Amino acid sequence: MANHSTNEFKGGLKVMLDGDPCSIVSNELVKPGKGQAFNRVKLRNLMTGRVWERTFKSGDSLEGADVMELEMEYLYTDGDMWYFMQTDGSFEQYAVEKRALGDDEKWLKEQAPYTVTLWNDNAIQVTPPNFIELEVTQTDPGLKGDTAQGGSKPATLSSGAVVNVPLFINEGEVLKVDTRTGSYVSRA
Amino acid sequence: MRPPHTESAWQPTADMATLHARARLMTRVRAFFAERNVLEVETPVLGQGGSTDVHLASLSSLAHTAAGRQRLWLRTSPEFHMKRLLAAGSGPIYQLAKSFRDGEVGRRHNIEFTMLEWYRPGMGLAALMEETAALIRKLLPESVLPDGQTPLRCYAYRELFYDQLEIDPFSVPLVRLRRLAEERGSMPEGALDDEPRDTCLDLLMSFVIEPNLGWGDAEQGKAPGEKCQGKLVAVVDYPASQAALARRHVDAYGDEVASRFELYFQGVELANGYDELTDAAEQQARFEADNAERRELGFDEVDVDMRLVAALDHGLPEGSGVALGLDRVIQLALGKYTLAEVMAFATPAC
Repeated sequence: MANHSTNEFKGGLKVMLDGDPCSIVSNELVKPGKGQAFNRVKLRNLMTGRVWERTFKSGDSLEGADVMELEMEYLYTDGDMWYFMQTDGSFEQYAVEKRALGDDEKWLKEQAPYTVTLWNDNAIQVTPPNFIELEVTQTDPGLKGDTAQGGSKPATLSSGAVVNVPLFINEGEVLKVDTRTGSYVSRA
Repeated sequence: MRPPHTESAWQPTADMATLHARARLMTRVRAFFAERNVLEVETPVLGQGGSTDVHLASLSSLAHTAAGRQRLWLRTSPEFHMKRLLAAGSGPIYQLAKSFRDGEVGRRHNIEFTMLEWYRPGMGLAALMEETAALIRKLLPESVLPDGQTPLRCYAYRELFYDQLEIDPFSVPLVRLRRLAEERGSMPEGALDDEPRDTCLDLLMSFVIEPNLGWGDAEQGKAPGEKCQGKLVAVVDYPASQAALARRHVDAYGDEVASRFELYFQGVELANGYDELTDAAEQQARFEADNAERRELGFDEVDVDMRLVAALDHGLPEGSGVALGLDRVIQLALGKYTLAEVMAFATPAC
């Protein structure tokens, strides 16, 4: 991979730092009057999700990371691995470990579109669509007529996620949910 | 990333209201100097000599001139030509000078920027510092700088390091200074092992001390760029090694310090003033030392402005000079998050 110098560090650029692939979050030039310039850089470690802050001398460089983001749909799990398939017509399949799914395992739905981040052709991260439609599998009975009042209750969705929903929602209904905040949006 | 041919790519980076506000501030700058009988001058953007300063990257261009094909340098500041005017007897002068520094890209940097630089023959550094503060007070609105008439708060470089880092920057052992700079600057241990004292001091100044300078009492810690109040502060008595071409004097602790000041507002450096050294031999030696360091570091050498050396040899009047980052003052006055928002077409949208 090519090396990238500090002045090429832009949000989203993928580089290697301490052996892990990272995505640049922000880069600020700090130039004392007449002295050596520095770049204060925030990077997200793609393996752990943690954000690091590092200072580099301007002109220093980091090796690029062979990171790609591909659109895939979720197929199934055999309990050990989760399988996704590319939607570009190649039908190429990738097996994803639990570690790459993290908390987002609860947003998996067959045939829904996900962004799978590959590093050296291994899946390291799965990002669910911002909004997903899921069926309510369990919730306490709704209150008749209560459609406008406030108040909420937990509901378990078909993917296993538990979200707070309005009191009028019933089992079997399909809901639109925001996966970034884990919150109910509307009936689908 | 947005491809360069998208529909909005032709548009300015500043909105029209900002450009009107910018024009009004420029008018105020000109009125300020007109009242004080300081002459506005325009000097070349392209010169036969460039800045040799090791940490400034000059842009240059090949041109066909009456003297033949030659490399001309885009100025990093208007200093050299303005000093040649001073040596020729111009008296007090100022310039709104488009200047260029390659690679300086960021929220508070743009490769091309407007430097307001002025020189005051016969004026001492303290008086110039007050004049600079007076100009900035005229440009920043009451809502941003409420203490318009209060005296400028002035800190010694040493005092700031004592107060915020509990070290004496003049005497702390280099090994300890490197570890402290690495720790406070988010660098792995050993990253600064080859770096000189001044680099470590610069790093601590930039990352620890500066961000806290120039805030109103209740505003500290707010995100920069937010509409909030600040106050103007000055830093003086820098280590002699950071004198550049300022004179030197001995401070109350017996250390040699540089006769220069910097002004800060809301954590941002706005101006840099010098009690100007007028020694031609010293200037030439500095140029040569810079180019020697450039060779050592593998940087391109820069053509030296021997006409400046000749002008100093002829005689530069005693006095002081200051450079102020005008775009930054406008950015703070208008509460904009990036410098690009106060420029019609910031690089690379140019």
